[in-house]
Amino acid sequence: MSRYRLIDGAGLIFLAIVLALAVLVPASNLWLAPDSALHIPDYLVPLLGKYLAFALLALALDLVWGYCGILSLGHGAFFALGGYAMGMYLMRQIGSRGVYGNLVLPDFMVFLNWQELPWFWLGFDHFWFACLVAIAVPGLLAFGFGWLAFRSRVTGVYLSIITQAMTFALMLAFFRNDMGFGGNNGLTDFKEIVGYPLQWAETRAALFAATAVALALGYLLARWVVTSKLGKVVVAVRDAESRTRFIGYRVENYKLVVFTLSAMIAGVAGALYVPQVGIINPSEFAPANSIEAVIWVAVGGRGTLVGAALGAVIVNAGKTWFTGALPSLWLFALGGLFVATTLLIPKGVVGAVTDILGIRRKSELPAAPGVVAPKTAPAEPAQ
Amino acid sequence: MTIGGEVTSALLYLDDVSVTFDGFRALNRLSLSIGANEMRAIIGPNGAGKTTMMDVITGKTRPNTGTALFQARHDLTRLDEASISQLGIGRKFQTPTVFDMHTVEDNILLALKTDRRPFPVLFSKRTREEKERIDALLERVRLTASRHRSAGELSHGQKQWLEIGMLLAQEPKLLLVDEPAAGMTDQETADTADLLREIAKTASVVVVEHDMVFVRDLGVKVTCLHEGSVLAEGSLDAVSANERVIEVYLGR
Repeated sequence: MSRYRLIDGAGLIFLAIVLALAVLVPASNLWLAPDSALHIPDYLVPLLGKYLAFALLALALDLVWGYCGILSLGHGAFFALGGYAMGMYLMRQIGSRGVYGNLVLPDFMVFLNWQELPWFWLGFDHFWFACLVAIAVPGLLAFGFGWLAFRSRVTGVYLSIITQAMTFALMLAFFRNDMGFGGNNGLTDFKEIVGYPLQWAETRAALFAATAVALALGYLLARWVVTSKLGKVVVAVRDAESRTRFIGYRVENYKLVVFTLSAMIAGVAGALYVPQVGIINPSEFAPANSIEAVIWVAVGGRGTLVGAALGAVIVNAGKTWFTGALPSLWLFALGGLFVATTLLIPKGVVGAVTDILGIRRKSELPAAPGVVAPKTAPAEPAQ
Repeated sequence: MTIGGEVTSALLYLDDVSVTFDGFRALNRLSLSIGANEMRAIIGPNGAGKTTMMDVITGKTRPNTGTALFQARHDLTRLDEASISQLGIGRKFQTPTVFDMHTVEDNILLALKTDRRPFPVLFSKRTREEKERIDALLERVRLTASRHRSAGELSHGQKQWLEIGMLLAQEPKLLLVDEPAAGMTDQETADTADLLREIAKTASVVVVEHDMVFVRDLGVKVTCLHEGSVLAEGSLDAVSANERVIEVYLGR
């Protein structure tokens, strides 16, 4: 039987690297002498953590795009909502140490002359509550959105456009001060997480390790889904939707399950991202961010999971280098990278490597067809 | 609505069905009934409404007026494709439509009659019975040797057969087959006729076909459609002798 192993060769290498990073990066940063060649400096730890959070977002996106054929151009919204949930918890941890020294209200609320905490901020002084919300709210939004869109059989470019509209609408909403999420300044000036100051190297190392572990678990979850029979149905939906319908599968329900699960994983990624970068603001909802995430997946290799994560790290490392060395050229490089990927390695880095090595094992999952270039302008700067 | 003897005994009962697209009458007060374990061939010129009729039966198109009943109690005009499929109506498309990226046996696996809800599917494990059914079906459509190949690599004729195998896996009560002989060699065509006749022992089969040799080979009752309604019905010889049929379809 064509049963796919939960962990194949590429998956094993991936998990080994991610879990090794979870141990080695913190160890190097905390215990090696600063002048050692292998020492990872303090600034690099949260930066690498950020890459891994993006890798988790890419993984979530690959689940819907690579396997189910839903090109979401709004996954940044689920990521940002997860980030806001964590940001709200971190704001509550500031307590009376804000600029205004208010015991209850965050600074921006004092500034807006609010007298009491809005109801939707209640509960966020608990870490577990914020974690729950970071998963539940993206999940609920995806469920509601998908319930409407998939039942109406909105597919293809039209679906991509409304996912884009969704994240754009959220961006505009979060920019408003009246929304109660800090307006265009967003949430920042965080002090500590579960009692540990965010400035401590140990805290940052722990956050990095947590992100790496989350990426590994996210990979296993996604891999479990795509290797199940449901995964086969989902690939069938991607390749021949009406055939799937005519043999009796209610396609909209399958899309809904995968889309909602993906949004929840994206929410976790956002929640891990915020404490490491120290800020969350409405520009995280910018449509360009979601499009960039699609590019990560395309560059790494659509429909491979490992490739999506790899693509996120490659592109973001390139972005860090470019924006430092040649800031004005970054957008051209990103656009060029996407064009080159589409033309030269349509199956992405992982697909190209697999082809070169001539690996074609039975355990391989059906590969996604090549990248279909989303008809969008080159992404704008993320920040 | 009066339910007469014909309605209750028929597996599929279409009465007075009309479908209009932008003023074009694709089906014009079409009435048709198919009995249990009956095989019927549908012929007719392009635009006669053959495919639209299948669309109505499988829930893809909603008729403007008319009745479409399955087993005398399921109103097909109110159900979606998935529900209709689960009732036991299978459809084979004109161009073979299989899951190219999946292996041949996975194509069959996905079509097996099982719980179709996402969560039971997510947690499902393949049972021994399922494995045996897959083996038997692959044998029946002669694809045992190709079971591990991806369906996209199959020849056109093999894909047609794989699709028929997928329909059989659904254990349908009614099979709708659109031009199964298209693009097949003579030998494959003859084999396909044999296969359909065998299927008709346990299920009703409606075959839409242009290939008159194939229709003759099937040796079943024929319905000729023209401009969305039934022009003639009966044995192939009777229908071929019909003046109107000769005029609009067969040619002089």
